[in-house]
Amino acid sequence: MSQGDFVRQMDSGSSAIYGTPNHWHKIHLDLPLLVLLLILAGAGAFVLYSASGQSTHHVNRQLTYYSVGLLVMLVTAQIPPRFLERWAVIPYVGGVSLLVGVLFFGIGAKGAQRWLELGGFRFQPSEILKIAVPLMLASYLARRPLPPNFKHVIFSLVFIAIPPLLVVLQPDLGTAILIAVSGFFVLFLAGLPKRYLGFALLAAVVVLPLMWLYGLRDYQRQRILTMFDPEADKLGAGWNIIQSTIAIGSGGIDGKGWMRGTQSQLDFLPESHTDFIIAVLAEEFGLIGVLLLMTLFLLIIVRCVIISLRAQSMFGRLLAGSLTLTFFVYIFVNMGMVSGILPVVGVPLPFMSYGGTSIVTLMLGFGMLMSVSTERKRPG
Amino acid sequence: MNDDHALKNPQMEFRLFVGRMLFAMLVVLVMAGVLVGRYYYLQVVRYDGLTTLSDRNRVLVEPVSPTRGLIYDRNGVLLADNRSSFNLSIVVERAGELDELIAELDELIGVSASEKKRFYKQLNRRRRPYEPVPLRLDLNEKEQGVLAVNEYHLPGVEVTVQLLRDYPLGKETAHVLGYVGRINDREIQELDPVRYSGTLVTGKTGLEKKYEDELLGEVGYQTVETNARGRVMQQLERTDPAPGKDLHLYLDSRLQQLAYENLEGERGAVVAIEIATGGVLAMASAPTFDANEFVTGISFDHYDELLNSPDRPLFDRVLQGQYPPGSTVKPIFGLAALESGVIRSSYKIYDPGFYQLKNEERKFRDWKKGGHGNSISLYDAIVQSCDTFFYDVGVKMTIDTLAQYGSYFGLGEKTGLDMPTERAGIMPSRAWKKGARGLAWYPGDTVNASIGQGFSLVTPMQLAEATARLASRGEVRPPQLVRKQHTVMPPVNIIQASEANWDYVHKAMQDVVHNIRGTAQKINRGLNYHIAGKTGTAQVVGIKQDEEYDAELVAKRNRDHALFIAFAPVENPKIAVAVIVENGEHGSSAAAPVARQIIDAYMNYYPEALGKISDQQSVKVGGQE
Repeated sequence: MSQGDFVRQMDSGSSAIYGTPNHWHKIHLDLPLLVLLLILAGAGAFVLYSASGQSTHHVNRQLTYYSVGLLVMLVTAQIPPRFLERWAVIPYVGGVSLLVGVLFFGIGAKGAQRWLELGGFRFQPSEILKIAVPLMLASYLARRPLPPNFKHVIFSLVFIAIPPLLVVLQPDLGTAILIAVSGFFVLFLAGLPKRYLGFALLAAVVVLPLMWLYGLRDYQRQRILTMFDPEADKLGAGWNIIQSTIAIGSGGIDGKGWMRGTQSQLDFLPESHTDFIIAVLAEEFGLIGVLLLMTLFLLIIVRCVIISLRAQSMFGRLLAGSLTLTFFVYIFVNMGMVSGILPVVGVPLPFMSYGGTSIVTLMLGFGMLMSVSTERKRPG
Repeated sequence: MNDDHALKNPQMEFRLFVGRMLFAMLVVLVMAGVLVGRYYYLQVVRYDGLTTLSDRNRVLVEPVSPTRGLIYDRNGVLLADNRSSFNLSIVVERAGELDELIAELDELIGVSASEKKRFYKQLNRRRRPYEPVPLRLDLNEKEQGVLAVNEYHLPGVEVTVQLLRDYPLGKETAHVLGYVGRINDREIQELDPVRYSGTLVTGKTGLEKKYEDELLGEVGYQTVETNARGRVMQQLERTDPAPGKDLHLYLDSRLQQLAYENLEGERGAVVAIEIATGGVLAMASAPTFDANEFVTGISFDHYDELLNSPDRPLFDRVLQGQYPPGSTVKPIFGLAALESGVIRSSYKIYDPGFYQLKNEERKFRDWKKGGHGNSISLYDAIVQSCDTFFYDVGVKMTIDTLAQYGSYFGLGEKTGLDMPTERAGIMPSRAWKKGARGLAWYPGDTVNASIGQGFSLVTPMQLAEATARLASRGEVRPPQLVRKQHTVMPPVNIIQASEANWDYVHKAMQDVVHNIRGTAQKINRGLNYHIAGKTGTAQVVGIKQDEEYDAELVAKRNRDHALFIAFAPVENPKIAVAVIVENGEHGSSAAAPVARQIIDAYMNYYPEALGKISDQQSVKVGGQE
């Protein structure tokens, strides 16, 4: 009891950031984050109903995914960060093994081999790595003196590089980059010296042209080219971008109204209820809708940043921080690709796009964030 | 603090993390700003342009084809109708692999080679994007069902309803009405692309071609909202098409059918003209074909068959067929002889069965071996169709008078019937022979011309028209198929001749039928009104001097053509008829009964023609007098 008082006293100086424990914390939940996520899910279901062509089937399934996601979050939140830190290597090694498995036993779809089938249940191992890589990195670096020295940086880079390289072979460039980025965020937050950052930039300048020539498949190159000149292939690869740009632009400031977007309702917009759902929102609710959604996203991010700053351990900070930044990267890549400033890489918009995998993976991450948010200060 | 933690500095590490986190947050805000900027750019700056694109996406202006004008006969019987037909078209932009799709359709409903060929031909023409290209017109119910079931895996395949031409009397009206067919490469160059934007077909022959402009109507437009697959979701606005004008013909479908019944199994032509108007009551060319087959696109094989048939069913004999008029010209030349003063009505000759020009050995034979004997007058020469008399009188008149009177009656000139094509025939003259053959006129040519042989050629329509002029005592009314007004047409010209001479010729023609010696007396059984007529026999091959003509020995195709012209009632002529039966040998036996049938039917349908409607309750036609 006396020790608890001591802790509280220590924190009281900056209560704005650290907040005060309440009964939600007993079940390891962060109320503001939970409320924001529920609002986001509600908005997602609302837009999905229109985007799927008033399909209650899709909405019902999505609501089921949200529920499953909440459950996953709830369970994950109960796992102490210390436990995660200790066993982080397990999901990492397991994930990498599965990726190797995909290369040999994977199931193809649209010219890529990304799925594993276990007892009639299909899943993408690369999804696991989106969480496993930052977990592994945070666990590795938190125990090391920071900023990391050269040796640790090299080890970190190896940990970061292995899964994306395996994913690229599937091939799934988009996911590979996202995995690499999520790992890199840990390294960055851990205080990766600036000279390495400069070196990384230099390396990118050298490597990117080489990757363009040797590392990319034709369809990947086509996607990037299409982004720069969608008109060149109107009915082929450029179709998606042209139609989504038209959908967004024709929404104007206040939009065409719910379920009244001609681009989406008349099926001009492809993938309208999955990757391109932001175009439906932009068309039907206009710039106002986009700004509201962006505000919601930013509020979630700000809340997550607060959690990461408030975290009691370096592991918690690194994990929470990198998951937060990765969350934003999903948003940026998705909204960027749909509006035509990034290539089409097949990244769903968090909580808005239809699909269970994305929601469950995200909720797993938010569960970890909640776990971090309610971590007690470690002794010593 | 143990060794492991000795290297860690929690305070410094925390500050480092906070610095990095805040920097990252800054970057996040900047990138969020970039996104917002991009959406602002699209939704505010490019709003107008992208809205236009959005509308262009969903809004499609499509032509609405006008309803083609209907064609009625004189009694309101529908001869050309429009019926709904279900057509299979392909929107190529939405179809995947075109060849595979067509192969699949072939398996489902069968696609013929000619349909494929036509499809690819049309495909290569200039089209609007997403314009459906027709593959098969007029699907039957079973095919519609098969397509409906398989629709989901046939991308780009559309079944649309369109009005299609239908000819209830497809065979009997094929030559008169002609038919509509798919617009071909040559036509697409000539037709106004705007007017035809909603129309697949155009008039190819006959009235359908002649009156194409009026029948077509004006195309309408509708703007519709479509989805990405081109399915029309709703209509936004519409300008209705103006339907084409209906045509009302002088034609009587019953007489037309009767004409074909009478020509069944024959090759020939029947033309009947209403004298008061010049309106064509019937015009039949046998054999015929079913015009409906051409509407949906006849198969190449069947078309070849029709085209190469020795009977030439596609050939419109009424306007394209040119035949020597033979003795049917005798009433005209008889009138010419009287009017020109070359002979008087009392002039008589002796007919030994042949005629010889002065100082010439060559004998021009009469059709009757041994001749018609003594005291052959013009009357006898018409009634019995004496050639020798006309040889003699023709030479006396000279070719110039013959040609002049021939042209008065329209011989060798197009009748001006409202049809797209017509041949002129030949009324030989010195000028004609010089121009056409580069040769001088010989007296022997006159001998041949005087009985409608030699160079002379007429079309059945011309012959009927000449008969109408004879019947109306010289009133010239160009024949007409489409009735534009209901009043009686005043003549455009009148052939000058004395009433006495007209009476003389009419009497002679009446006795061709009604006198026991008349060449067509066989058809007078049971007539309760008077028919004036003239038989004709047109030589197909020249018969050499001193050679007997033996029908048995000459192949059927070399037999003479049988001709007959007639009008009735003689006292107040209403109808003029010309009949030609190819290789029918004798006008009296092959052609005249056909004319009798037509005229009888006419009198039956239009009893007022006999002027007895007020006197008598009914007219028994063909009954005992």
